[in-house]
Amino acid sequence: MSSSQELVEMMYASLGESCITSPDVAHVEIHGNEVLGMHLVPGLEVEAEELEDGISATVRVREGVQIEKPVNMCFGLIPESGVQRIRMGVELEDGARAAVVSSCTFPNAVEVLHEMEAEIRLGRSAEYIYLERHVHSDQGGVKVVPRTKVLLGEDAYFRSDFEMLRGRVGVLDIEYAAECAARSVLEMNARVSGRGDDRIDIHEKAILAGERARGVLTTNIAVRDRARADIRNTLRAEAPYARGHVDCKEIIRDQGQARAVPIVEVVDPRAHVTHEAAIGSVDSKQLETLMAHGLDEDAATDMIIEGLLSPQY
Amino acid sequence: MAESILEVRDVTLELGGKRILDGLSLDVWEGHVHAIVGPNGAGKSTLASTVMGLGGYREHTGSILFRGEDITELSVDERARKGITLAWQEPARFEGLAMERFILSGAPDRDPKRAASALETVGLDPDRYMGRAVDQTLSGGERKRVELASILAMEPDLVIMDEPDSGIDVEALERIFEAMRSLREKGSTVLLITHSMTVLEQADHAFLICCGRILDKGSVEKISEFFGEKCIPCDHQNVPDEEVDFDE
Repeated sequence: MSSSQELVEMMYASLGESCITSPDVAHVEIHGNEVLGMHLVPGLEVEAEELEDGISATVRVREGVQIEKPVNMCFGLIPESGVQRIRMGVELEDGARAAVVSSCTFPNAVEVLHEMEAEIRLGRSAEYIYLERHVHSDQGGVKVVPRTKVLLGEDAYFRSDFEMLRGRVGVLDIEYAAECAARSVLEMNARVSGRGDDRIDIHEKAILAGERARGVLTTNIAVRDRARADIRNTLRAEAPYARGHVDCKEIIRDQGQARAVPIVEVVDPRAHVTHEAAIGSVDSKQLETLMAHGLDEDAATDMIIEGLLSPQY
Repeated sequence: MAESILEVRDVTLELGGKRILDGLSLDVWEGHVHAIVGPNGAGKSTLASTVMGLGGYREHTGSILFRGEDITELSVDERARKGITLAWQEPARFEGLAMERFILSGAPDRDPKRAASALETVGLDPDRYMGRAVDQTLSGGERKRVELASILAMEPDLVIMDEPDSGIDVEALERIFEAMRSLREKGSTVLLITHSMTVLEQADHAFLICCGRILDKGSVEKISEFFGEKCIPCDHQNVPDEEVDFDE
C-alpha cells in the first residue's frame, strides 16, 4: 500500500493539481476511511473520525468568523474498487462565512461506491458556498450517492455547484433538500454530462418557508450514447413574497434519454414561483451561428454543450 | 474591372408555397462593399440565408458560385471554411459560452490578443467583456457587436451583414461602421443587407431588391434616390409577385 503522502499526491495529480502548500489555505484529504492530511486556519474547526468504510466529520465556523480563502476538501479512492461513506455535519454560526471546494476523485474506479450524507446548518446571515467537483475513471465504474440537507437561517446565503470534470459519470443519484428561513437565498446548480450507459438521477427539493426567501434550482444536463437523465426538482413557497425558479435544460444526442419533472408549489398568494424546462437537441440557430464560423456540426454541438455545462461562478 | 467573388445565378426559392426569391441573379465584386437594399419582405434576409446555406434555405433552383466554384450543395460550415460568413440580424445567445472562446471559434489562431483587439474595434472594452459569457446578460446591441468581433477575428473573404443597424444606437452604429471599414482594409468583401439609407451610404455599389428580384443596380446615389422616392412610399411590399407591376 502506498504511503499517506503518496496517496495524497496521487489524488491531487488525478485532479491535475499539486498538493496544497500555502499556509493560509485550509485543506483536508480523505482516502477511503483514512484522514491522510489536514491543515486548518484560524476560525475553522474540523473534527474527523475514521469509520469502517469511511469517515464521520464535523466542520464548524464560529459566529462572525469569515474564512478568507476557500477550504479544499479532497475525497477519493485510488484503487479500482471500494466503498467510501462520508457523514458530514457542517455548521456556520451567525454571520460566519466560508467557501468549500470539495474534490472527489476515483480515477481508476471499476466498482466504487461513494456515499455522502451531509447536514448543513447556516445561522443568521451566514454565507456558505460549496463546489463539488468529480474526476471519475473512463469505465463508468463509480456510483455516487449524495444525500444533503441544508437549513438556512434568516438572511443566510447558500450556493452549491456540482460538476463533473473528467471521466464517466457511472451512476449519479443526488438528493438535496433545503429549507429557507426569512430573506435567505438559496442557489443549487448541477451540471453533468453523461455518456455510455451512465445514469443520472437528480432530485432537489427546496422549501421557501420564510417571508421573502428566494431560491433557484438550476440543472443543465447533456446525455449521449445510451445515457439517461431523470431530473425531478421541487420548489415550494410557503411564505409571503417568497420567490423561486426551477430551471432545467437537457441536451440529448444519439440514443440518450432525458426526463425533467419540475414541480412548483405555492401555498401563499403573495409568493411567486416559476419553472422552465427544455429537452432536445441543440438549438439550430446556435448551431448554425458556430457553423458559419467554420465549425462542423459535431464541433459546434460540443462547444454549445461546453458552454451549457461550464461553471458559472 | 474587379473580379466577382460571389455569383448568384437565377436563384428561385419558395417558402410555405410563396415565392420569396424569383430568378434572382447578382455579382459581388471582391474587395468592395455592396448593399442590397429593399423594403421589408423583399427577400433580403432570405437571400443572405440562402447564400450562407442555412437550413430551410437549401431547396432552391439556380446556383451560387464563390470564387468561381459552385457551392450550391455545400453545407454552412463548408461554405464558412471557403471564406464566407454571416453576421446575423438577431444573433443567438449561448448559455455559459465564454467570450474569448466564441470570438476565436472561427479565427485562424487562438491568440487572446486577437479577441481583445476585435472587441476594441467594435467599441467593447476587453477588460469588461472578456470574462463574460455570450449569453442573455448581453444587451441586443452588445450581442451584435460581439458577433461582429467574432467575424473580425475570422478574417473572412466575404461577410454578409444582415441589417447591421437593427437594435443599435447611433454611437454604437459608428463602431459597427468602423469595424466594417476594418474588415475591408484587411481584404474582406462586405455584402450589406439593409433597408436603412444610413447603412446604404456605407457601400460602394448597391442592388435594389423587391419581391425576390433585383430591380436595379449601380451607384449608391442612384439606388438611394430611387429607393427613397419610389420604394419607401410604395405599397407593393409583401403582396404576391403576380400582382406587382414593376413598370410603375
